[in-house]
Amino acid sequence: MHLLEIKDITYRVKEKEIFSGLSLAVETGEVRAILGKNGTGKSTLAYLVMGCESYIPTSGEILFEGKVINDIKLHQRARLGITLAWQEPVRFEGISVRDYLTLKSKEVDPSGYLEMVGLYPELYLDRMLDKSLSGGERKRIELASIVALEPRLAVLDEPDSGIDMLSMQDIINVIDALKKNGTAVLLISHREEIAKVADSASLICNGKIVCSGNPEKVAQYYKSRKCEVCIEEVCVYV
Amino acid sequence: MSELEDLMKAFGDSGGDKNILVNRDIAHLVASGHKILSMRAIEGLEVKAEETVTGIVANVRVMEGTIIKNPIHLCFGILHKKGLQEIKMNVRLERGAFAGFIAHCIFPKAEKVRHIMDAVVEIGESAEMRYSEVHYHGPYGGIEVIPKADVMVGKNGRYITDFSLISGRVGKLEINYTVSVGENAVTELTARVFGHGNDSIKIKEKVVLEGNNSKGLIKTRIAIEEKATAEVTGITEGNAEGARGHVDCMEIVKDSAVAQAIPIVKVSHPLAKVTHEAAIGSVDKRQLETLMAHGLTPEEAVNVIVRGILK
Repeated sequence: MHLLEIKDITYRVKEKEIFSGLSLAVETGEVRAILGKNGTGKSTLAYLVMGCESYIPTSGEILFEGKVINDIKLHQRARLGITLAWQEPVRFEGISVRDYLTLKSKEVDPSGYLEMVGLYPELYLDRMLDKSLSGGERKRIELASIVALEPRLAVLDEPDSGIDMLSMQDIINVIDALKKNGTAVLLISHREEIAKVADSASLICNGKIVCSGNPEKVAQYYKSRKCEVCIEEVCVYV
Repeated sequence: MSELEDLMKAFGDSGGDKNILVNRDIAHLVASGHKILSMRAIEGLEVKAEETVTGIVANVRVMEGTIIKNPIHLCFGILHKKGLQEIKMNVRLERGAFAGFIAHCIFPKAEKVRHIMDAVVEIGESAEMRYSEVHYHGPYGGIEVIPKADVMVGKNGRYITDFSLISGRVGKLEINYTVSVGENAVTELTARVFGHGNDSIKIKEKVVLEGNNSKGLIKTRIAIEEKATAEVTGITEGNAEGARGHVDCMEIVKDSAVAQAIPIVKVSHPLAKVTHEAAIGSVDKRQLETLMAHGLTPEEAVNVIVRGILK
């Protein structure tokens, strides 16, 4: 049984078909990179897996540990062990970094998680998670919070993007920590370098997974693409 | 139990430190209804208070250059279900003085209570006053609270306030503050209120930036639910060179509650600048989903967001 299985899903918004028969399986502890150009629906895939409001497949099934979760609400999916780090994490007034990292359990010692993403706990734990943080700081804290949750499946949407870009080493640290906990990772990016830290990779194009397998090979395919944004033509690499 | 003990028990229950009565380094004024129950001044601080038919009149003076290390505690309240309390306060901080005030206004059983505060505050040159006011009105909503203040902040002075009413019901609240800010002086007015039931919240705060390089911030954070209403009017006038003002209002609305924000900015000098921002609506969807992705239920997530905004 796969940890996550996406079976032949279609997702349509008004007249536009974002996915048409997309299938994908992720195993326990696997780090799967999802590569794709801008506009191919990578973030949409993340929201469908997490169960964000109004993100329900038009047809097809999403299964978690063999159970169909299409109709399960976001917070219930989180309790099953699924979580998501948004591409641009939101800010909160009046919530400290310490509060945020211990939302799930007050027993958690948040210091180690901050160090893991290159932030000094003594400088950050009592800071507010508001607009006083830079985009890069906020992003690092989001990744630290994901590791602190010890999820079964972490969906990381463009973890390497941001105003103050994270270094690849920070991403590797986060992935390593998640792997150590047995967490599977869906690592979404439009940059082929990210595939290097994955166990496997898939290339998404024109609403489908067009190839999967060895990350280097998939990255190579992706790198040699001819279009910068998806123009909704069938990918030549299929 | 004496009235003072009763009031101090309610004071302790609402988060106050009861040791303020015994610590000789801490100045205080405690009044229940129109009775002064306890009062202490310290060196450099003069407090003259007297009872009236319906409340008290207090004159507070912090003498020139006096730095008061411990906050001055004010505790006003009515412990009965019904009552009237009218407080008239005149506060004067002389040149170079510093004082922090913590005011507790406690009405734990209020069913038909009216509390009126009328304050005149004068901050002298290079003086600084910090004023934190925490209210507790009990669970019934049977109270009318009408605080009014006229404040003048002198050259290089600072006046920083924080009004908080986030536990229990509000009842009917009508705040009306006006602060006139002199040259190089600064004021920051913060109000945080959580309304429930049929609570009615009206906050009108006006900052007049009269002096060159004066600065003002009006920050309001409101959460209302059920059938509560809130109307927030933040007025800032920039009337001098280099004056900078900002009005920042955020209101979160749940259930059938209704919120309104009226920012008024007026500039009469070409080198002054006043800005405003107002956000009114339900809880931000992305914030909600982020917290739910961390395992919180929708109710828990809303609670965390609202408490954060009111913190």
